[in-house]
Amino acid sequence: MPQSTHFLPGLFRTDRPGIIFLALLLATTILVPLLHLVVPESSALHMSTYAVTLIGKYLTYAMLALAVDLVWGFCGILSLGHAAFFALGGYAMGMYLMRQIGTRGVYGDPILPDFMVFLNWKELPWFWHGFDMFWFAMLMVVLAPGILALVFGWFAFRSRVTGVYLSIITQAMTYALMLAFFRNDMGFGGNNGFTDFKDLLGFKLSSPNVRIALFITTGIALGIGYLLCRWIVSSRAGRVVTAIRDAESRTRFIGYRVESYKLWVFVFSAVLAGVAGALYVPQVGIINPGEFGPINSIEVVIWVAIGGRGTLYGAVAGAVIVNYAKTWFTTALPSAWLYLLGAMFVLTTLLLPTGVAGLLRARKAKERAA
Amino acid sequence: MNAKQVWKRLAGRSRSSSPPRQGPVVHGDAIARGPDGSHGYILYLEDLTVSFDGFKALNALTLYMETGELRCIIGPNGAGKTTMMDVITGKTRPDHGSAWFGQTLDLLELTEPEIAQAGIGRKFQKPTVFERHSAFENLELALAGNRAVWANLVAKLSAAQRDRIRDVLQQIGLSAAADTPAGALSHGQKQWLEIGMLLMQSPRLLLVDEPVAGMTPQEVEKTAELLVSLAGEHSVIVVEHDMEFVRDIARQVTVLHQGSVLAEGTMDEVQNHPKVIEVYLGEQ
Repeated sequence: MPQSTHFLPGLFRTDRPGIIFLALLLATTILVPLLHLVVPESSALHMSTYAVTLIGKYLTYAMLALAVDLVWGFCGILSLGHAAFFALGGYAMGMYLMRQIGTRGVYGDPILPDFMVFLNWKELPWFWHGFDMFWFAMLMVVLAPGILALVFGWFAFRSRVTGVYLSIITQAMTYALMLAFFRNDMGFGGNNGFTDFKDLLGFKLSSPNVRIALFITTGIALGIGYLLCRWIVSSRAGRVVTAIRDAESRTRFIGYRVESYKLWVFVFSAVLAGVAGALYVPQVGIINPGEFGPINSIEVVIWVAIGGRGTLYGAVAGAVIVNYAKTWFTTALPSAWLYLLGAMFVLTTLLLPTGVAGLLRARKAKERAA
Repeated sequence: MNAKQVWKRLAGRSRSSSPPRQGPVVHGDAIARGPDGSHGYILYLEDLTVSFDGFKALNALTLYMETGELRCIIGPNGAGKTTMMDVITGKTRPDHGSAWFGQTLDLLELTEPEIAQAGIGRKFQKPTVFERHSAFENLELALAGNRAVWANLVAKLSAAQRDRIRDVLQQIGLSAAADTPAGALSHGQKQWLEIGMLLMQSPRLLLVDEPVAGMTPQEVEKTAELLVSLAGEHSVIVVEHDMEFVRDIARQVTVLHQGSVLAEGTMDEVQNHPKVIEVYLGEQ
């Protein structure tokens, strides 16, 4: 890939599919609100609240897929625990939303969320302080997944845990967190998690305008997330990261501290996943420990594999395609969905190792050759 | 006469005394400054002995190398060629003897990365380049400079660095392949690219292990030109089995046998050395 002196102008030359993706994203971010708010409900073109929420959810999944592609596709770290970072970001947002409920809860306690009253708790646990402030909650959305990734990555990469062993311990990490969050005495609402949210920054979550504002924010966040990832992978540090993926010991041999590179990519990726989770929770209206489920993290890897790893836009495409298929199949043929997902993964691995993005690229190369 | 003296005698062109050398200055600045070859010698190996489970891979090996020299090391399998390289790069520690890089750097006191930093670059037999990166990017990654994450996130190639990469691409004959992924290069081109990656770190001493194994005759010829052109600015040690190739490039040849120097001199001198004929060339 030829190098450009300036990042954004260079993007137009070197990342055509990325530009197409950003254009599509922009169109979605503008059209969906218009179709929902401006087009009257009687019109066939009107977009329902359900559809807006659904697409918003896909966009947060796309962000999560982006995060996984960055560590897996570019750095060769097959993380099977990224849903944990997504869930942590979601929980941080959920804590803020719970504190916003105030006296409107079932028990009407001005400070304690319902589940704490139900458990007969008399005062707020220390780690719930500050979550009544939006800025603090947003800080935690970044810090909670970021610090977990920093500590986890520091031990794992310094001990040179790689390959399948690393994947297994990331699974163990998310599984351990799931078990912990299921416990009532952890103070995160046990297996019910958080739900019944009312306000965000004083605006009613149920109002169409707020839904649309959240949707637009998600679209913008995904766009910025994409540009940040693209900026990282097209910097020299990004070339070091891909060098680590392809020949780790060789990279170490020419003097790069492989551990630091892996660690910072991993931390950034975790933060991105956390932000995605924070945008997911107010749109779907619930967060529970099921989000930490080991299967969730594996599913993300499948999205990325199907979309085409190491391309960024492929991860986004994979997340949207698979989740659209999931929405469709779980209504039409619920029992067949998991078989279909498995089959898609196996077929992609066997027949299309570079995913949908690879298919597009191969066609482009053929055109150029012709 | 003990065995050691016999080996010394066999070492042919014997030096009456070691070249002069000053005391040690180790660490920090000294490493960054690199070797002091001002007395005309870049490498002093004296009396090196390495044994593995009783087998002496090196047996009182003594070898001096002049600054800017291109030296070929030949010898049958097990003669100690690779072990000698391992000692120079810090991978293997000798049981006995000394190894100095220039006047001031005691190689036995330095770690592997420090030795690399001080200016000794080694090319292994099997080329390992970054296959998915272009030739240009491979050289960029090898460019001497800050290796920290944040620095590289915002790093831009300066005009001087760009020129330096282009110069090296030219030197290794890959100017036309600058944007080709290294994985698509031929075996010979990968070897040159790897030599180029070493050059990016501006080493004073290059250790090159069997550079022409598996190359086509044309590639062998170009490799010979490349190595000869490197001598002078760099000091180069080449370990090679291909005698034809050694004859092409060598000014000085050292023959190793059973961990010691058997003979040293020009190709003709070495070839006519009776001991060499007996143990090495004679077998061919």
